[in-house]
Amino acid sequence: MKPVLMCRDVIVDFDGFRALQGVDLTVYPHEVRFLIGPNGAGKTTLLDVICGRTRATDGRVMFFSHDITKQPEYEIVQMGIARKFQSPSIFPFLTVWENMELAIRQDRRLRSVLRAKRTEKEEEIMAAQLERMGLLDERHRLAGTLSHGQKQWLEIGMQLIQRPQLLLLDEPIAGMSAAERERTGEWLHEIAEHCAVIIVEHDMDFVRRYSKQVTVMHEGKVLCEGSIDEVQQNEQVIDVYLGRRKNACYVSGM
Amino acid sequence: MVNQRWGYWLFFAALFLAPFYLTEFRLSLLGKFLCLAIVAVGISLIWGYTGILSLGHGVYFGLGAYCMAMYLKLEASRGHLPDFMEWSGVRELPWFWKPFSYPMVAIAAAIALPTLLAALLSYFTFKNRIKGVYFSLLSQAVVVVLVTLFIGKQEWTGGTNGLTNFSTVFGFSLSSPLTQIVLYWLTTICLALIFVAARRLTSGRLGKVLIAIRDAENRVRFLGFNPTVYKVFVYSLSAAFAGVAGALFVLQVGLISPEMMGIIPSIEMVLWVAVGGRHSLMGAIVGAIVMNTAKSFLSENYPDLWLLLLGALFVVVVLFVPKGLAGIYESLVAVRIKAKRGHEREARVDVS
Repeated sequence: MKPVLMCRDVIVDFDGFRALQGVDLTVYPHEVRFLIGPNGAGKTTLLDVICGRTRATDGRVMFFSHDITKQPEYEIVQMGIARKFQSPSIFPFLTVWENMELAIRQDRRLRSVLRAKRTEKEEEIMAAQLERMGLLDERHRLAGTLSHGQKQWLEIGMQLIQRPQLLLLDEPIAGMSAAERERTGEWLHEIAEHCAVIIVEHDMDFVRRYSKQVTVMHEGKVLCEGSIDEVQQNEQVIDVYLGRRKNACYVSGM
Repeated sequence: MVNQRWGYWLFFAALFLAPFYLTEFRLSLLGKFLCLAIVAVGISLIWGYTGILSLGHGVYFGLGAYCMAMYLKLEASRGHLPDFMEWSGVRELPWFWKPFSYPMVAIAAAIALPTLLAALLSYFTFKNRIKGVYFSLLSQAVVVVLVTLFIGKQEWTGGTNGLTNFSTVFGFSLSSPLTQIVLYWLTTICLALIFVAARRLTSGRLGKVLIAIRDAENRVRFLGFNPTVYKVFVYSLSAAFAGVAGALFVLQVGLISPEMMGIIPSIEMVLWVAVGGRHSLMGAIVGAIVMNTAKSFLSENYPDLWLLLLGALFVVVVLFVPKGLAGIYESLVAVRIKAKRGHEREARVDVS
């Protein structure tokens, strides 16, 4: 099977600070890949590099057979990589419905947007997606008035309605209630039927419950990959986490 | 919504009929204010909708006005060299003045030049993701550069005095009341057309993209839109509006000078829109008319107080009515609707 995403020897250098020091990552279709690791390990930076928000100093990012390392962000998105940010990033002064209208798959050039009208088909797709996120009844509300969890879902919905081939999720369950977390976890594998997912998560209970493939990062490098059980047996991983625990500055539950 | 549309019709009808109920003097003032209202619509588009604060719209207004004024000056000179050039010792008409003897060229340039300058400035700044205060300062720097240039190049621009002493437009005397009324109507029509165009733009999907850029530009980018294109488009469009306004202004006022496109007028333009309510196109129009009416009244009677009052008013608006006149109107409507619903509920309870 051809990989969706291949990162090869990706280096990011912020004025002398090496946030990523040669990261390799390969993700296949329908995969849900968890990225874990202590704070500052470079997980979010890696997502930023994939979606073009941060430029790799060296190395290559391949999306199917396209080199996207130097592509502008909006083109990367149009090719099929969607990104959900850590804190909910939605348009507070547009309604839920209008938020979806901007997100739905469409020609995003100025001249077509100038003429664009919501079609019935678009409305059907939008309604179906909102129904799935449990937000259909809220569609006429301003997005800024939603609860934190609802905003998170709205943003996820806005990514899914683009029908991406790769979805990047940065701590999607942060600030969600236990029930909301559970629903999100179940979605993850539903989503994976249509696209590959890379998810950064700190909550180890959540990772244990919903992960298949886990990549552990530490100090800008990939430490190891495997199932959560394999990863937890790994000597290096134990060192990294236990070392932290001894210093009592990071409690991960591992 | 239906009521609102009737309101707009009424508003523009009242403006259109103004020659029948205003004195010549008041009408000429109103005509001038309507030109400024056209600028305000553009500022509402870029500032209220897209979140770009330009402190340099005086330049686009001024460029439009100068283009028109060059034609008027040439027509007034009747084939001779314009008077100020002679005084500066210029022997021959500079090459770039020549095309302006054709009115159509002058009108096209009055729209195209400001648009082009705005597109250039905004493309390079927005492409490099220069935003917020930095963009505002940059737009202001452009004002300083252009005003200095226009004052310095006296033999080409008339210097501090600007361009004035016009006589006719298309052969019609500018001092005749009938010409002035026709020009007033032309201004009203332009304002109405620009208002309708801006409303259509903002009520469609483009309007949503603009608001989205204002509130979360990064999210827009990561939905696959290229915000730079949208921002350059809106910014240039607002400059085009300002250019049209400038051309209409100079026809009615008969004078354009660097002082009228400088920093103070540029900031005043933003103030009208702030007072009227920057999120509302109609608010911006009303703001421009109200503020300029207040200005001409106060500066007729208390010339020293005007600037102080203007400053105080701005502080009050920013602190207490951030949504301006339009915001006050909207909350009044909301209260009325609520009260009406309350009555209906009571009535229903009574029946049952």
